[in-house]
Amino acid sequence: MSELKNVKIPQVDLSKYNFEQGEVPELADLRQLDVDDRAELLMAGVDVEEEERSGTFLQIDHSNVHCSSRGQGVEVLSIKKALEKYNGLPEYYWQAMDKDKDEFTRAAAEKLHGGYFIRTAKGAKIEEPVQSCLFIKGQNVAQSVHNIVVVEEDSEVHIITGCATSHKVSSALHLGISEFYIKKGGKLTFTMVHNWGEEVSVRPRTVGIVEERGVFVSNYILLKPVKSVQSFPTIFLNGPGAVARFNSILVAPRGSYINSGNKIVLNAPETRGEIISRAITTGGTIIAPGVIEGNAVPARGHLECKGLILNDGVIHAIPELKGTKSGVELSHEAAVGKIAQEEIEYLMARGLDEDEATSTIVRGFLNVDIMGLPRELKESIDQTIAENEKEMF
Amino acid sequence: MLKIEDLHVHVGGKEVLKGIDLHIEEGETFILFGPNGSGKTTLLMTIMGFAGYEVTGGRILFKGKDITNLPTYERARMGIGMSFQRPPTIHGLKTRDLVQMCARGRQITEAEVEELARKVNFENFLDRDINDGFSGGEIKRSELLQLMAQEPDLVLFDEPESGVDLENMALIGKIARALLDGPLEPSPVACMKELKARKKTSGLIITHTGYILDYVNADRGQVMFHGRLCCQGRPRDILDHISKYGYKECVRCLS
Repeated sequence: MSELKNVKIPQVDLSKYNFEQGEVPELADLRQLDVDDRAELLMAGVDVEEEERSGTFLQIDHSNVHCSSRGQGVEVLSIKKALEKYNGLPEYYWQAMDKDKDEFTRAAAEKLHGGYFIRTAKGAKIEEPVQSCLFIKGQNVAQSVHNIVVVEEDSEVHIITGCATSHKVSSALHLGISEFYIKKGGKLTFTMVHNWGEEVSVRPRTVGIVEERGVFVSNYILLKPVKSVQSFPTIFLNGPGAVARFNSILVAPRGSYINSGNKIVLNAPETRGEIISRAITTGGTIIAPGVIEGNAVPARGHLECKGLILNDGVIHAIPELKGTKSGVELSHEAAVGKIAQEEIEYLMARGLDEDEATSTIVRGFLNVDIMGLPRELKESIDQTIAENEKEMF
Repeated sequence: MLKIEDLHVHVGGKEVLKGIDLHIEEGETFILFGPNGSGKTTLLMTIMGFAGYEVTGGRILFKGKDITNLPTYERARMGIGMSFQRPPTIHGLKTRDLVQMCARGRQITEAEVEELARKVNFENFLDRDINDGFSGGEIKRSELLQLMAQEPDLVLFDEPESGVDLENMALIGKIARALLDGPLEPSPVACMKELKARKKTSGLIITHTGYILDYVNADRGQVMFHGRLCCQGRPRDILDHISKYGYKECVRCLS
């Protein structure tokens, strides 16, 4: 019996939230947002100047307010427009994800507020990232979006998704369905930065299918407080030579409940999967499940979960490996603990006091270098860590 | 520079140092010999002030000030620097950044870090996480690089030769000497005599093999045995004796 099934997840009462709300007018330019909202978006990794971006999508509450693509080779549409334009997207819409998976998928299927459709052209290597932003401004709003990404054969794209809540909102719910389709030789890097609020519940549901030689890389960064997040993106590597990697950085201050896991299913020979997560609690709860399943050979998977409990709080790492063929190679390492005294003393011997040493080690632990992010996004994340250090630790 | 008086230290409830008296003058390089488990590393760790090394008697004076109860970082800021034998890996902390932190207050530039790194042939490691997968020789070069940035007045060096091949030994020996004696080349602004007078770095070096003696100007040496210091002499003489007869003489001397 999987330990995962025994974990209790905070309930969300869907009837408490408003699924019906007036339209927000369209914005020609993200700079038209007010200063506070822009600040929240910046912290979620959104470049409001839209420089060095191939396209931008912005959803506020229930409306798509901005959608543009500058680059050639990539199409950025609101999901509603895409459904109209492509006859309901029969190959993609609710094809990877089961509508009846749970109450949240059912709610999202019943009421669609928006979301994006991003598709690359065959062979197109999109140099600058496409950014999307899902923003909640209204009190008690339930935002239900459906995103579809199609990476056509031998094309590459980096999507940066920033999710944020206006600081005026104390309570909200975000439901997000995401379906990723990576065709032969395609590569998708998907970076998501969450900047929700203390009273915001988040229930994303994500499934991806990767074909032959396709690559899926997910970077997930959650540094700010949230009421509760529960997500478990699942990637199926269905074509030979396909690769998937999940990198997550999670910080749970007091009051935050984060249940963030990943699953990779190795369904074809020569596939590889890797799940790497770093979790810090300063009083909140982090559940970090990871599952790698190997159903073909040769196939390799590795799972690494490291957790630091800085003051108090809970970190529950649940690594699971399942092999169904002789010859699969799956491994995991998990560690939950505190900062090693030896490391603190090493830095103190160089003249750093205890606080400086601790913060240096924590910054190293939360290092996002592995993610290969654009410079300005990395800087904004480093800045968020620096600014929040005082409250976090 | 460093004065240790009747120092008693417990580790894990057991007395490891049983009354150490040691005086190292300004600019002096002192060599500590002794078999494994005799307490040499404990002495260095206690001077640095690490947790787990409980001083039960005596005191440590540095530059005339009693530092017995000072936290480690204050000792470092006063000018004590240590080369670790087995330093921990800190993931996500680049060697480059740590070197810069070592310079504390002096604010050295990126270019200066690279200049220092070149001296220990370590430019290619600056972007690696500190000590992550470093070989024995790489650890030594990294430690020396940090010390060069730190510019301590007293260098504690735990076995500079351990895990180092001969080629690296020459480099490490040269740098250790430069740390202790100052730059080896004459400078246009001051003559060698002045340079030497200005540089007052002291050293406390632990060695088993004595290879380091080929490189540094060691002034004095002593053997640590069962938590006590004995046999003071010229480092070369002590080494010659130990390599021929082992520590038998210490047993007789201390019994």
